[in-house]
Amino acid sequence: MKTPTARPRLVVDWTACDGRGLCAELLPELVSRDEWGFPLIADPTVPASLRDHAERAIAACPRLALRLTTA
Amino acid sequence: MTILFDEHVQTEGIARGALMGPSSASQRELHTHLLAHGAVPSLDARAVVRLAADSGLTGHGGAGFPLHRKLEAVIAARGRAIVVGNGAEGEPASAKDRWLLTRRPHLVLDGLQLVARATNATDAYLYVNHRLPITTLDDVLAERRRAGLDPVPVTTVAAPDAFISGEETAVVSNLSGGTGLPRFKSVRVTERGVRGRPTLVSNVETLALLALIARRGAEWFRAAGTVEAPGTMLLTVGGAVRAPGIVEAGHGTPLADVLALAGGPSTRLQAVLLGGYHGTWLTTDEVVSAKLSRSDLAPLGASPGAGVMVALGAGTCGLVEMSRVMSYLAQESAGQCGPCLNGLPRIANQLKSVAFRGGDQHAVGEMRRLAGLVVGRGACHHPDGSMRFLSSGLRVFAAEVELHHAGSCSRTSGDVVLPTAVTR
Repeated sequence: MKTPTARPRLVVDWTACDGRGLCAELLPELVSRDEWGFPLIADPTVPASLRDHAERAIAACPRLALRLTTA
Repeated sequence: MTILFDEHVQTEGIARGALMGPSSASQRELHTHLLAHGAVPSLDARAVVRLAADSGLTGHGGAGFPLHRKLEAVIAARGRAIVVGNGAEGEPASAKDRWLLTRRPHLVLDGLQLVARATNATDAYLYVNHRLPITTLDDVLAERRRAGLDPVPVTTVAAPDAFISGEETAVVSNLSGGTGLPRFKSVRVTERGVRGRPTLVSNVETLALLALIARRGAEWFRAAGTVEAPGTMLLTVGGAVRAPGIVEAGHGTPLADVLALAGGPSTRLQAVLLGGYHGTWLTTDEVVSAKLSRSDLAPLGASPGAGVMVALGAGTCGLVEMSRVMSYLAQESAGQCGPCLNGLPRIANQLKSVAFRGGDQHAVGEMRRLAGLVVGRGACHHPDGSMRFLSSGLRVFAAEVELHHAGSCSRTSGDVVLPTAVTR
C-alpha cells in the first residue's frame, strides 16, 4: 500500500522508449544508459532536491516515455 | 484428494491427438453438461463475489491473483464492465486451457456468465487459442443462447499465435482493436481495459472452477487443496513421463505425486521444469521434497504458474533444450521494449554457443550480466519470466555447462523434449 509520504518514482514506458538518451543527459544523478542506449535507473525514487531536474527530463523526452508516479 | 473435473483423474494423451478429437469424456453437448453438473443456481452479484471470496479461488493463468479482488476492482470502477474468458494459452508446453475449451466449454461459459453477473457486465468475450476451431465454440454458444443460458452475449475471438498473446494487457489491446501486444500499464485493466471500460480478464480454468463452486459451494471447493491454497489445478505434464497429458491435482500435492498421475517417470530424471517457459528448473532432489503450492515453492524461486510440468530424462541435455527455448523466447519478444528486444537474442546466442560449441569460460557470466540488464525493464513479464527460466537452468545444469566446456555433452538421443511450436 502507498503511504502518504511515498516519494515520487521515475517510471519508464518501455514500449515508448527509443533510447534517445535525453533523460540521462538531463538527470545524470539518477539515469545512466545501458549498452544499447536505454535508460538505466538504479534507484527510481526522486529526492526532493532533484524533483525539478526530473520534471525537466520528463518534459524533454521526445517519446514521452518517462513518467513520475507516486503509486 | 477431491477431483473437481470428474470422478476420476483425467489423463489425456496430447501426443496421441486426443485433445481435439471426439470422446465420450467430452461435455461439449449441452445436455451432457447439464446431466453431469446440473444448472447454475441463480445467484445475485453479491453472492457470486462472496462465493469467490469464501472459496479462496485464485487465478489459474499463472499469477494466482484472488478472483474476488479482481471482481471487486471491476465493480468499484466507473463505467459498464466487460468480462473476458482468457483461453489464449500461448505457452507451447501447455494444453489445459485447450482441453477445457474442447471438453468442458459449458463450465467455462457458465463461469463467464457468473463473472458477468457479478460485475453487471454488458459484453463478454471468449479469447481462444488460435489452434482451436472457433466455429465449434460458436456452435456451443448458439446452443446455449437457444437454451437461454447466456443473458450476456458472448463473442469469440481468436488469439494471435504468440507466446505472450494471453498477457492481460495484450488481450485488452487486441479486443480494443489494437495490436494485440502488451501495453505499458499506468492504469489497471480492471479500471480501464477494453475500449477504456472496466475489464475483468480471467483464465478459462478459473471460470470453470467458479461454475462448479456456484453449484457445490465454497466448502466443497475447500475440501481439496490446502487451507491457504484451496482447490485443485489442471496441469499439463510432459517430457519423460509414461502418460503425458492433462492431470488434475490438489494444491499442496507433492510434485512426485503429480508426476505419478502422469504415469510416473519413464526413465531416470535429471531435472523438472515447473511453470513453463517463464518458469523454474528444479533438480530431482528438489522435486522429491517440493509441493505444488505457491508458499512451498517460493523458497525454490518457483511457482505452480499455469500448471506446466516437463520432466527431463537422462540422455537429454538441459542446455540443448534450454537453448532452443531461449531462441524461441527471443523470437517471441514483441519487440516493443529495448532491453528485451536487444537482450534476449544476445543471451540466446551465448546459450547456443555453450549448448552446441562448448562455449567459452565467460559465456555464463555474460549471460548473467545480460540477464541483469533485461529483468524489470519491460512493459510485460516476458523478460523477467524468460530470465527466471535461464537463471534456474544455469543453476540446475551447472555440471552440464562444465561438461560442454570440456567438449562433451550428456545427450544420447535426438529427441526434442520442450516444444517450441504446439504439436498435438
